[in-house]
Amino acid sequence: MTFIINGEEQEVAAATLADLLSALDYEGEWLATAVNGELVHREDRAGFTLGARDRIEILSPMQGG
Amino acid sequence: MLKLYDKEVRSRLLLGTARYPSPAILAEAVRRAKAEIVTVSLRRETAGGKAGGAFFELIHALGVHVLPNTAGCHSVQEAVLTAKMAREVFRTDWIKLEVIGHHDTLQPDVFGLVEAARILTGEGFQVFPYTTDDLVVAEKLIEAGCRVLMPWCAPIGSAMGPVNPMALRTFRAHFPDVPLIVDAGIGRPSHAAGVMELGYDAVLLNTAVAGAGDPAAMAEAFALAIDAGRLAHAAVPLEPRDMAVPSTPVIGKAVFS
Repeated sequence: MTFIINGEEQEVAAATLADLLSALDYEGEWLATAVNGELVHREDRAGFTLGARDRIEILSPMQGG
Repeated sequence: MLKLYDKEVRSRLLLGTARYPSPAILAEAVRRAKAEIVTVSLRRETAGGKAGGAFFELIHALGVHVLPNTAGCHSVQEAVLTAKMAREVFRTDWIKLEVIGHHDTLQPDVFGLVEAARILTGEGFQVFPYTTDDLVVAEKLIEAGCRVLMPWCAPIGSAMGPVNPMALRTFRAHFPDVPLIVDAGIGRPSHAAGVMELGYDAVLLNTAVAGAGDPAAMAEAFALAIDAGRLAHAAVPLEPRDMAVPSTPVIGKAVFS
């Protein structure tokens, strides 16, 4: 399926958000995810079914002031 | 002790974590500043999550309170979502709320700021709003549920120091019981001492430390200046006078002619 991941179009075989993170080798308790502008909690990723062209944001901590 | 929502800290210096020459120098600056609160951001992670993970570990190892921010957000929607994602990562209700309204000056969009603050406090966040020195905006932020205010003293990263001391003085007088943190625009320790002399509760800095020739030494210099300014405020400084006043008593002065 085609998704927009962090602003870039990508083709990934994934049914759920957890599948997608796993397929792309995203791993770590420091990651936060949102789909179509809504936060998806860590514990909800496995049950969160994705649709074609969903906009997925995957964020992590970064230096900031 | 300085009480900020549910936490009490001894240090009056909050440090940003960006632009240091290396992670080791950042860690040393935090140590020498004796900082207990650092600000961090969230950004898009590349596959694998390695960069964010390393930084996450570094911040945890510092043993400080984390104040996540919404730096770079230009809309209410962006800021609110970033705040929620930050809470997911850092497991804190604290958020340094920035809603930027102008690209060149990084001036806050105060209308968006108030709206975002209202939404976030409604969802249990403890909001530290980056705002201007405008009293009416500040009152709206208090109404929105903010219990800390963070006025700028000059544009972010400008190092100009307080460009409008009278506004800062008025702001302090208007909110005697609200913890006030000067956020943005400080360039030198003397600027920090100056705002602490005005009675501010703390200072939030990043570039002035990270961009110094020796960031760790500058962090310590700021900590000392902040302590000095706070002590001076408590000691009630002399007000400026128009005329000279001799410090040596005139009575008993010898007359030689």
